[in-house]
Amino acid sequence: MNRIISLICGIIFGIGLTVSQMINPEKVLGFLNIFGDWDPSLAFVMIGALVISSPFFHLFKNNKKPIFAEKFSYSNNKELNKKLIIGSSLFGAGWGLVGLCPGPAIASLALLNLNSVSFVISMFAGFYLVKLLDLTTQAR
Amino acid sequence: MNIVNFTPISAFLGGSLIGLAVVIFFVFNGRLIGISGIASNFLTSKDNRFDNLLFLIGLIIGPIVYKIFSQEEIDISISNSFYLLAFAGLLVGAGTRIGGGCTSGHGISGIGRFSLRSIVATVTFMIVGILTVLVKNLI
Repeated sequence: MNRIISLICGIIFGIGLTVSQMINPEKVLGFLNIFGDWDPSLAFVMIGALVISSPFFHLFKNNKKPIFAEKFSYSNNKELNKKLIIGSSLFGAGWGLVGLCPGPAIASLALLNLNSVSFVISMFAGFYLVKLLDLTTQAR
Repeated sequence: MNIVNFTPISAFLGGSLIGLAVVIFFVFNGRLIGISGIASNFLTSKDNRFDNLLFLIGLIIGPIVYKIFSQEEIDISISNSFYLLAFAGLLVGAGTRIGGGCTSGHGISGIGRFSLRSIVATVTFMIVGILTVLVKNLI
């Protein structure tokens, strides 16, 4: 059952990225262009997502187990360290350079755009490199 | 500052769908959605590999479903520079794994749980993203 849920969640997430236009790097770059022609729309993507998800996190916090799995599996890392800042900065730089983050980059493969294919391949190379060098932080 | 192309309603609706996906994944599968985590774990870890693959396939199916139902073309515009794309992809891939999350993992799943770590991460990548765009526009 949880495999079907995974597929469905991916589809809903992908539709959400499309409806909000977050799938379009130009829209993302407009959002980051605060000091120029600013398009604040994507702040509303985050607000929408948080308004829906946040109450459920708190409602289910005390539940013993999820519906189709043995246990909740996510880490509760609370550490504020250099890796968090360095990693997030590198990510922010890449995001600002072309306007793609992991979700929209993968979803945009649906449009058979060769530029997003190049980005996704090198993003996976980045994942692999970090794993190889054993720098992964497994938590959020 | 000059406000342009503002589409708050579609942004909010799309964001709500993203939130819905996060809720369903959490309540049913007991996991948090973070795309960089799901994608990199698919590549490097055997745990939940098939689940992760199905999620990623769903993510690609999503825009196609949208296109079928809305009968609209999906407009996107991406940089044409291969070197820039390759470099940015590497930064995004490595950065999200070193920092433990991306826009979804930290920005939504993390902030939704009021994780200070995720708030710090999100503020960091937003500021660096804004500065990168600023510098790029100056060059």
